[in-house]
This record gives sequence, C-alpha cells and structure tokens, in this order.
Amino acid sequence: MTVESTAARTPRRSAGSDAGATGAQRTTSTTAKKAVPAKKATVAKKASAAKKASAAKKAPAARKTGGTKPRSAEPHLVQLLTPEGERVRNAEFDPYVSGVTPEEFRGLYRDMVLTRRFDAEATALQRQGELGLWASLLGQEAAQIGSGRALRDDDYVFPTYREHGVAWCRGVDPTNLLGMFRGVNNGGWDPNSNNFHLYTIVIGSQALHATGYAMGVAKDGADSAVIAYFGDGASSQGDVAEAFTFSAVYNAPVVFFCQNNQWAISEPTEKQSRVPLYQRAQGFGFPGLRVDGNDVLANLAVTRWALERARAGEGPTLIEAFTYRMGAHTTSDDPTRYRHDDERAAWEAKDPILRLRRYLESAHHADEGFFAELEIESETLGKRVREAVRAMKDPDHFAIFENAYADGHALVDEERAQFAAYQASFADADGGK
Amino acid sequence: MAETVTFKNMALAKAINESLRRALDTDPKVLVMGEDVGKLGGVFRVTDGLQKDFGESRVIDTPLAESGIVGTAIGLALRGYRPVVEIQFDGFVFPAYDQIVTQLAKMHARSLGKVKLPVVVRIPYGGGIGAVEHHSESPESLFAHVAGLKVVSPSNASDAYWMMQQAIQSDDPVIFFEPKRRYWDKAEVNTEAIPGPLHTARVVREGTDLTLVAYGPMVKLCQEVADAAAEEGRSLEVLDLRSVSPLDFDAIQASVEKTRRLVVVHEAPVFFGSGAEIAARITERCFYHLEAPVLRVGGYHAPYPPARLEESYLPDLDRVLDAVDRSLAY
Ligand SMILES: Cc1ncc(C[n+]2csc(CCOP(=O)(O)OP(=O)(O)O)c2C)c(N)n1
Ligand SMILES: [Mg+2]
Repeated sequence: MTVESTAARTPRRSAGSDAGATGAQRTTSTTAKKAVPAKKATVAKKASAAKKASAAKKAPAARKTGGTKPRSAEPHLVQLLTPEGERVRNAEFDPYVSGVTPEEFRGLYRDMVLTRRFDAEATALQRQGELGLWASLLGQEAAQIGSGRALRDDDYVFPTYREHGVAWCRGVDPTNLLGMFRGVNNGGWDPNSNNFHLYTIVIGSQALHATGYAMGVAKDGADSAVIAYFGDGASSQGDVAEAFTFSAVYNAPVVFFCQNNQWAISEPTEKQSRVPLYQRAQGFGFPGLRVDGNDVLANLAVTRWALERARAGEGPTLIEAFTYRMGAHTTSDDPTRYRHDDERAAWEAKDPILRLRRYLESAHHADEGFFAELEIESETLGKRVREAVRAMKDPDHFAIFENAYADGHALVDEERAQFAAYQASFADADGGK
Repeated sequence: MAETVTFKNMALAKAINESLRRALDTDPKVLVMGEDVGKLGGVFRVTDGLQKDFGESRVIDTPLAESGIVGTAIGLALRGYRPVVEIQFDGFVFPAYDQIVTQLAKMHARSLGKVKLPVVVRIPYGGGIGAVEHHSESPESLFAHVAGLKVVSPSNASDAYWMMQQAIQSDDPVIFFEPKRRYWDKAEVNTEAIPGPLHTARVVREGTDLTLVAYGPMVKLCQEVADAAAEEGRSLEVLDLRSVSPLDFDAIQASVEKTRRLVVVHEAPVFFGSGAEIAARITERCFYHLEAPVLRVGGYHAPYPPARLEESYLPDLDRVLDAVDRSLAY
C-alpha cells in the first residue's frame, strides 16, 4: 500500500519549458486566453476542463471579481460545502469543480486525513524529544489541500513553515519536512524537485520571492503560475505589501494565498487589520476574495480560478482562506494564555475533514471499505514517519562549513582546516592515553 | 508602586520584567511595544503581566511588522515618549534594520542635537537553546558598527535590571541584547543599589596570567573556563564588558597591562566581530605589554547551523581553554 501523495509527479526544474507558444498570451487583456497545455496530473487536467466549462461564464465572472471593481464590503465567503457536508451551489465557482470525480473527492479526503495524521505524529515526536519544535497545521487541511491540488506540476510554490499539506500535494516526502524541526538541517529538500520552495521562517519574505519568480515566468512567456502562502499576521509585513505592489505593477502571474487562521501567535487578526484581509487587494488593483478555509472543494475552486487568471495574463489574485489554527502556534506556545476554548469548540464544528466525510457519505462517493483502508494507510504513514525521524542522524560537524558559498571562500576553507585540526587534537589526546 | 527591595534569587528575564515595570510605573512616557508582548507577555514572558497592570495603551501588541515597530517608536519618541520595543528574536530585527540604521541612529546628528530619540530596542539573542533557523544569532556588531547607536548586553540578572533602567533613561537609542540562554539564570537583584555607569566593563574575577573578555551569554562560560584553568594552576582574569558600544577599552587595557595576554570570546562570528575591534585597539594600546597576539573565540564564517550542530559552532569550555593554552604558549 502506498503512502505517497495521490498525484503522479515527475521531477522538473522549472517552468521555462513551457515558453514559446503561450508567450504572447501574457497580456493584461482578459480576452487573451488560451487552452492550458495538456498536463499529466489528473487534477490539473480537470482544471483545464473546468476552464472550458467556465468559458461561457467567464465574462460575467470577470466582471464580478476581476479588475479593480470592489467587491461587497461585507465579508463574502465562498463556500461550496457547508459544515454539514451539503453541497451549496455557486454559479461563479461551480464550473471550476464540476468535473471533480468521486475518485478525486476521495483523493482530497485521503490527502487531508493523511496530512492530519502526519501532523499529529510530528507533534507527538516533538513531545518525545525527537523534534525540537513543530508548527502544526491542524484545522488548516482543507485550505492547504484544496489550494495545493489546484496546482500544476510546473507551477511553483512558496510556503511558510506550516504548509505541510501543500508539501504533501507537491509530492515532497513528509519525512523531509521534519529535518529542520529536528535541527539536522535548515531546509531538507531540493526546491526544484517538486517546485516547492524551502520553508520560510522570516515572516512575509517569500511573498516577494514568489512575485519575482512569477515575473520571471512572465518574462519567459510560460503559462505557469506561482503561489505564495502566508498568514494573517504576515499580511502586516512590509514585504507582503511590497509583493502586492510589484505583482500589480508587473502583472505577475502569482496567487497570494493567505490562510487567515485568526491568530498570529497571541494576536488576533483585529490587531493586524481593520478590514477583512481579502479587501487589501483592492487598493493594489487586483481582485481578492474570501473562501471558507475549511471547505476543501471551495479552496480547490477559487485557487483554480486564481491560477487561471494568472495563466491568462490577468495578474495577481489574493485569496483569504478563512480558517482556524486549532492547535498552539507551535509546540513552544501556550494558547491558554490568550484565547478561550469555546472559540476552538465553535471551529471544531466546522472541521474540514468531517464535512467532506459527510458529503462523501451522503453522495455515496465512498463506502466503509474506503474509510477502513485509509485508516490502515494512515497507521502505516504514522509508523513510517516515526521510524524515519528516529533514524535521522545528526549531520557531520563539518557540514557547518558546507555550501555557505557557491564558489567557495578562502576564510571558510581556513576555518574548516582550523576546525579539523582542533577536532583532531581531541583524537590525539584520546589516543595518547 | 514598584517596590525597592532586594530579590535574592531572580531570573534574568524576571529582572528585565521588574525593570520595565518600574520604568512604566515611574515615567508615564515609557511605552512597551512589540509582537505578543501584551496578553502573552512575550514568547519568553519578559513582559509578563505588564499589560494587565499598565493597560493596552502603555503595553502595546503591535502588528507583525518590525519596520513598523521601530519606525513608529521613532515617531513616538519625536512626540516625547520613551518606547521600549521588543524584537521577538535576533533573526527578525532585519526588517527594522533600515529604520534603525538610517533613521534612529542618525536623527540626533542631523538635527544638530535638537532631536533626541530615547528608544530602547530589546533583542533576545544568541544560541544554545536548540532553536530553528533565525532564532540563535548574535548580530551585535552589525549595530555597533553604526555611529549613533549604543549597544549593550547584560550577563546576569542584576545587570539586566539596572542596565535596562539606564538604557531607558538614556537619551540615545540603545540596542539592548538579552542573552536568551541566560534568561532563566538566577542571581541577587538589589533594586536600591546605586549602579555604576552603563557603559563600563566590570572585572568579575581577578587573575594574573591572562585576561578573558566577554559579554552577555559568554561571561558565564568564561567564568567556568577560569575555574577550570585554576585547577591547572592558571590565574585568569575575567572581564564582563557589558557594553559593546561604547566599549570600555580602558578597562581592558588596565587588565592586559597586568596579565599581558588577551582572549576575546563571543558567539558572533569572529570575522568583523567585536573581537576584531578589541584586538586591534588593544594591540595599539598595549603593544609593548602583550606577550601574545590577541586571540578570538567565536562563531565561524558560516550561517548559524541547525540546532544539532550548534555545539560545534558555539564557543565552549574546550575551545576557550584551547585558545588560553595557545596564548600562554607564546
Ligand atoms: C520577521 C519575523 N518576525 C517575527 C517572527 C516570529 N513569528 C513567528 S510566527 C509569528 C506569527 C505568524 O502569524 P501568521 O502570519 O498569522 O501565521 P501563522 O503562524 O498563524 O500560520 C511570529 C510573530 C518571525 N518568524 N519573523
Ligand atoms: Mg495566523
């Protein structure tokens, strides 16, 4: 039984290969559209299907959400599945998910369950002292899996430190995420193998990297898109505001995906903004919308919509996924100092996994066998993660001196040699005894 | 009213907390600002309880934006306030670096002394706590290099208490580096004692054979080194600099004229570190007294390593003793 993520994935370096035919499409015109080249990934295929399906609706959709036209001042939540698991019709976004098959629904469910299981395992491993720290994504599975599954292989992702579900969608081996939390490395994977950049701890920095990468994609004439993840707290950072400015000025094909989990450590979102965060986009001249962050289908839909805009040369989009950080900020945090349990309880009722399960059951998309099998797969994943972490060796001390520079540096060489001599002096001392 | 008493056993973090409490209590212009400093009391609880006691207009949870924190602190100072701002971790000061270097440091000079900016920027710094990236760095030289800033770092609870009082009273901006791995170390704090000047070094252990100079987290290590060396019959003098800018060269000179040997220890990389400045100046001042070149023990010219390697990166007992041996071998 496999415990890898669902999408078949081939390593690729970057998006440059798609350059050429679609280059001329990189304009600000909403009519300059072209069918997405066929892609291997199944979900991406559906995206282009959704695009065709939505073609007729495109004009009104663009009028409603595109350009600089302000949306309603009332926070308007895109929701396709209610917390009870009922499918809500939405003329604007249904076309983006109308082709989702029962198998894909089960895939989304599986992604969320396995991501949550991995996350719980990591939290436990921190408690056991195997990890120094863990930043749990508990509660944010739908936002991450929905958006992550909207991406194509050639799109590029810039995560924070909490995007374990997106990493899963990109096919990054989950055990690779644990190295930096264990303290054996500061990265842990090759960003270009899965077009998934390294985690970024300095809040907001990656929004600019994503924008620059997207500017490069546009220069190459490729029709790939870029997605930047960040939090509600990060929305206050200058870097994020500058990313909005640059992406708007250069019409960069980037999607800003803000998971508003209501908290930036101890500070509620009201400490960061007077307006709903998605409305920030208006002032920069690109559309923003708020999606129910605990509704995986809605996240899939709105991210496909935003990616499609990017590919079509319509520039940046801000998605605010309205969700909740169910756990502590990290394992070092004690949320009882600043928030009430009843808030958590209210969000418990909106659980992303539970709601999809209800839908799967009522729509007869999954039977008992599926859930039972998934439970076993989940156990297997947990076991694999535990074993992998415990087997993670501390790096060799000389790793300190590796890779500081691409072209080397005389002082690093000198210090490495001094360090070696110093280490050897212990061996000599021991040998002399 | 803050009480003036002696605390027998106060943790360094708590001493800063008490000092901030006293400042908030005695001067209505003092403000405490930063990310999570209010309800949470800061991630290290240094500001614990302050918002509860002084209210949200004095102890302010700011938006998550360091340039904003320091930039608005400058504006508040222009308006007559004395903001004490917290940068959550060493590695997160850089969004504010522009405000600190281009504005905070230079305003007094540009205004020909008309504008004073009594802003304290608190930065928990240094490694040894097994943290993830950007949570263990020692960027003090990046600030000491800038004229207009004063840079200090206490090594113990009593100094933390008094140096914070003095930093807040200072009319110059002070970058206040707090040795986070010593936050829980306890010492006696006498809140009635009259402290010495902020920017003077202190001999924490007298010796005759060699001088060890350190500040912040490395002072305790140097005392341990001196203990270990004493067992081998070596008498080391340990100097706690307390201030990195200005730097008390007179105190170092006096010690080196006696011991004739100097080893400087800091966690920051030695390349362009404060030890380089000390070595150069002391070589000038004490050329004929020195029996050995000034040696430095510190971080390498490499990014701060992941936690499982930090022990190899940070100065420890053996590495300092090794430098002591090398110096004594001349
Ligand atoms: C520049 C910077 N300042 C401060 C921090 C410390 N810090 C880490 S996470 C965090 C809160 C982030 O909140 P948010 O952006 O909402 O993301 P979340 O953690 O909720 O996913 C803070 C203040 C940091 N990592 N980087
Ligand atoms: Mg948040």
